[in-house]
Amino acid sequence: MTGDKPGKIWKFGDDVDTDLIIPARYLNVSDGKELAAHCFADVRPEFSREATVGDILVAGKNFGCGSSREHAPLALKASGIKVIIAESFARIFYRNSFNIGFPLLESSEAARALTAADRVTVDIATGEIKRESDGAVFSTHPIPAFMRELVDAGGLVPYLRKKRGGT
Amino acid sequence: MPRGSAMGMTITEKILAAHAGLGRVSPGDIIEVTVDRALANDITAPLAIETFREIGAVEVFDKEKIILVADHFVPNKDIASAEQVKKMRGFARLQGIRHYYESGDAGIEHVILPERGLVGPGQVVVGADSHTCTYGALGAFSSGVGSTDLGAVLATGFIWLKVPPTIRVEYTGRLQPFVGGKDLILFTIGMIGVEGALYSALEFGGSAVRGMAMHHRFTIANMAVEAGAKNGIFEPDDITKTYVKETSGPEAGYFTSDADAVYSRVIAIPLDGLEPQVAFPHSPANVRPVSKVGTVPVDQVFIGSCTNGWYEDLREAASVLKGKKAAKGIRLIVIPGSPAIYLRALREGIIETFIDAGAVIGPPCCGPCLGGHLGILASGERAVSTTNRNFIGRMGHPESEVYLSNPAVAAASAVLGRIGDPRELKD
Ligand code: SF4
Repeated sequence: MTGDKPGKIWKFGDDVDTDLIIPARYLNVSDGKELAAHCFADVRPEFSREATVGDILVAGKNFGCGSSREHAPLALKASGIKVIIAESFARIFYRNSFNIGFPLLESSEAARALTAADRVTVDIATGEIKRESDGAVFSTHPIPAFMRELVDAGGLVPYLRKKRGGT
Repeated sequence: MPRGSAMGMTITEKILAAHAGLGRVSPGDIIEVTVDRALANDITAPLAIETFREIGAVEVFDKEKIILVADHFVPNKDIASAEQVKKMRGFARLQGIRHYYESGDAGIEHVILPERGLVGPGQVVVGADSHTCTYGALGAFSSGVGSTDLGAVLATGFIWLKVPPTIRVEYTGRLQPFVGGKDLILFTIGMIGVEGALYSALEFGGSAVRGMAMHHRFTIANMAVEAGAKNGIFEPDDITKTYVKETSGPEAGYFTSDADAVYSRVIAIPLDGLEPQVAFPHSPANVRPVSKVGTVPVDQVFIGSCTNGWYEDLREAASVLKGKKAAKGIRLIVIPGSPAIYLRALREGIIETFIDAGAVIGPPCCGPCLGGHLGILASGERAVSTTNRNFIGRMGHPESEVYLSNPAVAAASAVLGRIGDPRELKD
């Protein structure tokens, strides 16, 4: 699947933790849409209003560190974010995202070069990122085969259902 | 991938291999392992239960191996939290899960699981809580996962894992008074950074941890995740064995690392002369020795959490507070990690010391640690806290600040009204 329409970028720095993505005081619900309403509430209050389907989040190192709350990738996915590109991801956030079928790409080069003013298309299958303004192409670490299977299936739940012979 | 050479394995690799039914595993292998214990709490269980149902599962893989603890927003802080716990309770009843704990039967998950002998050496423990890494102190492979992962474990009893490379930390030397596990781990995170152990196992060893009491080891393993680690682990020894016997814990196996095990990095940390450490906002890696803190006035002091809510932590804080009072205007909050710890502290006069010092005692739960309730900070306020995270807004308003320390420094700071060293206090 290719990003046919170039996506708008939300740019963040290093060590964005899950408390920033979704502060603990909003964890008394687990619905993605409700969580999305409070996504980045403390640091980017405009995010929940302005993020739209197909937007892309670009960040530095160790994105998603801290608490294991799956509410964080859920909130981002429900905000419409199509993919996150970062220099590196915290381990649990990485697992959680693929488990809900939310793809992440690792690329130091793209994470450093891209700014909020850029528009990019992202091909999740090949990991190729293309900047609209100058056609610059950034390549990323390929997503491991097992995780690709998870994303293609739509997450761990549909993956396991398929494995169990369900629908 | 070529392998089969006679290279040794680390304790983490041995436990994972044993649970994958393999003779050996190497870092990078994606394997499926059987799970001995699966844990969730009032925040993460509801999502995991949804996953469990969506998979189409009807019965949990083993009702004796699942542990559910209501500890984050309890006693329920609002209607939404009450609904979350209700969902978890209903599931536990329906499935006949014996290890369901709430209210006076609960306490902080990472304190009550070891204390009640529910986890033990050689096990694979996964929990939908990032500080599940705490049980590595007992020589278990223990790691935090998300709710979807946990929901799948509830259904299948298996989890997919990538075998992590291991970083070994060697502590040597002698500890100064008022220096403990918290200072070792803060110093280590300050040195390697919050992603210094990303995707890795952190193995703690060396002459200084041989003979170290269990509560220090729990504190150290607890914060392995703050360096990005998948798990933190100690090789079990006589102290572990005594603890397991006393708590009647399970003994899945006392694994140790081979002498020729392969490490991705070995870090030597001499402890002679190490001072108590303080992590400044807003990162557990932003660490300074207490003598270099300067004048930092505080509004609140919190002693508790899965990092430092152990009996010995309370005893240490009380020894600093004995006969003294928290400075006027300082809110001192103490929360024992479990009802058993609360009761022991009560019987030994420790709680009395706290109340005499002007402390508020909270019921065993997470309390203000995650900014949920029972001690939220207002804008511009500062807290010294014995917890594990000081991210922006972690304990309340995004413009509040959290400084992490050990229990003795926290207690001294309450008396001084600013961050300070217990050695500054005269009797
Ligand atoms: S005490 Fe704090 S860190 Fe520990 S489980 Fe509770 S909220 Fe998490």
